[in-house]
Amino acid sequence: MGKTFSKPEALSDKHTHYCPGCTHGIIHRLVAEVIDELGIKGRTVGIAPVGCAVLAYNYFTFDFQEAAHGRAPAMATGIKRVRPDLIVFTYQGDGDLASIGMGEIIHAANRGEKFTTIFVNNAVYGMTGGQMAPTTMLGQRTTTSPFGRKVEECGMPIKMAELLSALETPGYITRQSVIKPKYIVRAKKAVKKAFQYQLEGRCFSLVEVVSTCPTNWGLTPVQAIKWAEETLLPYYKLGEFKTPE
Amino acid sequence: MGKILMKGNEAIGEAAIRAGCLNYFAYPITPQSEVAEYLSRRMPEVGGVFLQGESEVAVSYMLFGASACGARVFTTSSSPGISLMSEGISYIAGAQCPAVFVNIMRGGPGLGGILPSQADYFQSTKGGGHGDYRLLVMAPASVQEAVEMVMLAFPLAEKYRNPVMLLGDGLIGQMMEPVEFPDHLKSEPTNKDEWATNGMDTRGSNKRNLVKSLFLDAGKLNEHNLMLKAKYDRMKQEEIRYELYNIESDYKALIVSYGTMSRVCKTSIDNMKDEGLEVGMVRPQTLFPFPEKAIYEAASKESCKVVVSIEMSMGQMVEDVERSVKGKLPVRWYGKCGGDVPTPEEVIEAVKSFL
Repeated sequence: MGKTFSKPEALSDKHTHYCPGCTHGIIHRLVAEVIDELGIKGRTVGIAPVGCAVLAYNYFTFDFQEAAHGRAPAMATGIKRVRPDLIVFTYQGDGDLASIGMGEIIHAANRGEKFTTIFVNNAVYGMTGGQMAPTTMLGQRTTTSPFGRKVEECGMPIKMAELLSALETPGYITRQSVIKPKYIVRAKKAVKKAFQYQLEGRCFSLVEVVSTCPTNWGLTPVQAIKWAEETLLPYYKLGEFKTPE
Repeated sequence: MGKILMKGNEAIGEAAIRAGCLNYFAYPITPQSEVAEYLSRRMPEVGGVFLQGESEVAVSYMLFGASACGARVFTTSSSPGISLMSEGISYIAGAQCPAVFVNIMRGGPGLGGILPSQADYFQSTKGGGHGDYRLLVMAPASVQEAVEMVMLAFPLAEKYRNPVMLLGDGLIGQMMEPVEFPDHLKSEPTNKDEWATNGMDTRGSNKRNLVKSLFLDAGKLNEHNLMLKAKYDRMKQEEIRYELYNIESDYKALIVSYGTMSRVCKTSIDNMKDEGLEVGMVRPQTLFPFPEKAIYEAASKESCKVVVSIEMSMGQMVEDVERSVKGKLPVRWYGKCGGDVPTPEEVIEAVKSFL
């Protein structure tokens, strides 16, 4: 009987530093599986963000660069402009992409830069210790919104996929999740599609992934999945917001 | 190739192409926007990359990403723009990537003005961004020298895997002078397969490369900084460049001045000579590494009574001049920092007042 399931070659053997119940591991695996399936490991360059995934390069086995907070899309732009043959992706969290890196992501998307962004949205800053993010939900308590996020002070949580879809430039923009197996299957398809669009030289592609952060939400992993399903998914609706067709 | 008449900013753009750099990312800012305008037409002609970024911050990271995958890259900006790029410059230095930055200085602080200035001496030689890093800083005094320094900057950036900065002022960028592009300064990019994230297939290797500046372990970060320091120490041994002027005379005063300001000082020195007053000059061509020894030796001449740092700033380089003279003679400062370049007469008056 042959082997039916194994670790993707694009993933390393290192144990991750992620907390129990964190979904980064699943998302890393989906990216690695897609890279294996497309056979592009030898010409892929990943860009790690600042945040929990700053050490993501330890868990992959191909070339990686490490960005400053929010600047990964500018670095990806630099690479794709001088080496369009390389396959480039940024892996960014919500503090990184939706707050400090808002300018970089909007302009890269609007220029139609031909790289892929994996945008992990768990409604909170992780690595710095659970501060409020632009994606934090109304009423959500964080270490910098101890009384819950208020619309009068901080506005509404930013919906990045919708915001980027409003750009007239063609692109592939989708929001997925990995909090249940059925979502993981769909997310994998979306990640593959995003890389395929890049391989074809078609357009900018972004997969937003609604995720959990049990540690900074103060919940158990099981409670975190429930909270994400009941609170995040009704607001951050899953689906394809834009395709280049 | 013979001499042609060119504006400094355009000559800087052309020099980069002649040096073999075909990748330019930039954001417009006065008084150097002509570089971007020139290269937006010229880069497509030579099959190069021209991209106007959304901000100087983004531009510095476009350079970082492109350089980290092995490409020769450069950008140009002016003072407030360099402040924004300083974040990226720190990361590029920390991650040891070669890149060339040109600062055509204007007045500051804040929005300051758009006229020539030399007020970014501290920013370029002492830091600008965070952390223990240095830039190799060259200061041209003519359009021709700007061309030669740009062409030299690329191999130096690659030799040290460190950003190199060309520190000019608004006059260098805006004036037209005859220039010649020397063929001998054209250099091929070095082999970067050992460290660049250019894709494993590109270098036919199973070993992946990583470009980063994060070292969470205290011992490893200290080691990394010691290694960077060793590079900067090597620059001090191998890259100091300066020009001596009227140094054979028995000068009573020694001027230290660079860039546009040093050209005015030469006129002042010639005029004082006609009056019978001898004044010498050391003109640093590299601001980091700084020609400390040359200044110390020039200040050691028996006839010399005072050393004067003349700059278009409120006295920045003077601190390095003091450090170089080591208390051997009094060190004075003269300068202006509003955008007016001091006249030869004003320089003469200042020098005489210190004697």
